[in-house]
Amino acid sequence: MIKYEGKCIIDLYVNNEVRSVTVWPSDVLLDILREQLGLTGAKPGCKNGDCGACTVIIDGWPVKSCLILAVEAVGHQITTVEGLINAPIQQAFVDFSAFQCGYCTSGFLMVCHSLSLIHPDAPEYVIEEWLQSNLCRCTSYSEIRKAVESILPKNQNQELKDQ
Amino acid sequence: MIPEPFDYYQPDTMQEAENVFQVLSAKGICPAFYGGGSEIITMARSGSIKVHAVIDLKAIPECKVLGFYGQKLVVGSAVTLSQIAESKLFPLLEKTCGRISDHTNQCRITIGGNVCGTIIYRESVLPLLLSDCDVVLFGKNGIRQVKISEVFDRRMKLNSGELIVQFIIGREFINAPFIHVKKTKNEKIDYPLLTLAAMKHLDKIRMAFSGLCKFPFRSTVIEDLINNTNSEIKTRIENAALQMPDLVLNNVDGSDQYRLFVFKNTIENVIEQLGGR
Ligand SMILES: Cc1cc2nc3c(=O)[nH]c(=O)nc-3n(C[C@H](O)[C@H](O)[C@H](O)COP(=O)(O)OP(=O)(O)OC[C@H]3O[C@@H](n4cnc5c(N)ncnc54)[C@H](O)[C@@H]3O)c2cc1C
Ligand code: FES
Ligand code: FES
Repeated sequence: MIKYEGKCIIDLYVNNEVRSVTVWPSDVLLDILREQLGLTGAKPGCKNGDCGACTVIIDGWPVKSCLILAVEAVGHQITTVEGLINAPIQQAFVDFSAFQCGYCTSGFLMVCHSLSLIHPDAPEYVIEEWLQSNLCRCTSYSEIRKAVESILPKNQNQELKDQ
Repeated sequence: MIPEPFDYYQPDTMQEAENVFQVLSAKGICPAFYGGGSEIITMARSGSIKVHAVIDLKAIPECKVLGFYGQKLVVGSAVTLSQIAESKLFPLLEKTCGRISDHTNQCRITIGGNVCGTIIYRESVLPLLLSDCDVVLFGKNGIRQVKISEVFDRRMKLNSGELIVQFIIGREFINAPFIHVKKTKNEKIDYPLLTLAAMKHLDKIRMAFSGLCKFPFRSTVIEDLINNTNSEIKTRIENAALQMPDLVLNNVDGSDQYRLFVFKNTIENVIEQLGGR
């Protein structure tokens, strides 16, 4: 049985590096990423699971880091927006002006990146379902949608055929 | 930050989980079983629950089962809503789980946590009530298997330290004709103004609701009235609306009168589509 009692040191595998942190078992991953590892890309919004600004990727899937304990992430691969290096979705957000104030952007990038890897052939309704997990108060929704659609391999193949 | 820190345990077996629960309780420590943690974390943060230790059930193999065994579909309590939705094993459950919270949260919320939650909606219980499923529980005296109606009345009624291991659903309910309707005030992702799950089994319509009262419910009284084909449809629906098991919710999301109006319209569609005329 795995046990974490009181303050303890754990190893987190973040952005392809092992990072040791001291946590209470009840600390949520968001706070540890920001306060101990200086990874401030995951944003605190509602801290209640509603807004998605804190989304990171764990083992390929999007997770709201305000709703997972840091100790639960031990042994899993965590990717934050700082770990996205030249991911196609980053350029697509620039190309489609898919942000205004930018507060929601890192969360949306993580959801879109994960979607493109897990469902490269995502039909319309799957894209909609995944994007509904995040809120953008500047309402960049249609640009965000165009950005993610542009990087899905199925659309890129279509573009090649059209050329 | 969670103001009062708690400890974390991840047992490998049901026995270990129950054991650690009893040991902690005996020491005056207040433990809680932990599925996806979405409710425990948010409530601990706001100080609305007292919990000194969480016992995470996600490493217990029996709680992670999802699949058919003979004529039964077995769904482990620590299976997430998205695993259920993506498995496409039980269309009504898939639809219901796919409309709870949002996709990212569905990847964490477990069916056991949703059914046992303190929030009033607990939508994933609706298909379980309609299919009269069995619930496998593990407690002080080991395993027991009971009908859901014996342990779910408005909310899950478990003994102290007892955990849900699995839900077991008969194959005859899996492909029964069904309707799932979730109406919200504004946004698609929201708690329900009314969620209705309906199923046709042995030529009768079964119905369960969330969002109407302060608990989810299935009412055989309402079902009998709706299935009474000797009476006019309008009369059946009006009579059903008089048989709510409690006060209808009346809040900023919708007045009681409005919820009843939505209830009547939705039921009419159900009768139309499932052929109860
Ligand atoms: C933004 C948001 C929107 C939501 N919208 C909806 C909605 O529209 N409809 C809806 O129904 N829900 C909704 N929910 C989900 C709901 O509010 C709860 O958060 C969720 O159902 C809890 O599931 P969990 O697996 O995270 O449980 P946990 O937080 O782990 O546990 C919840 C409770 O169940 C107990 N428990 C967990 N597993 C077991 C078990 N196997 N045996 C015994 N006890 C157990 C725990 O001790 C605790 O008391 C929403 C949640 C969020 C964050
Ligand atoms: S801060 Fe995590 S969902 Fe809003
Ligand atoms: S760009 Fe401002 S909240 Fe999305």
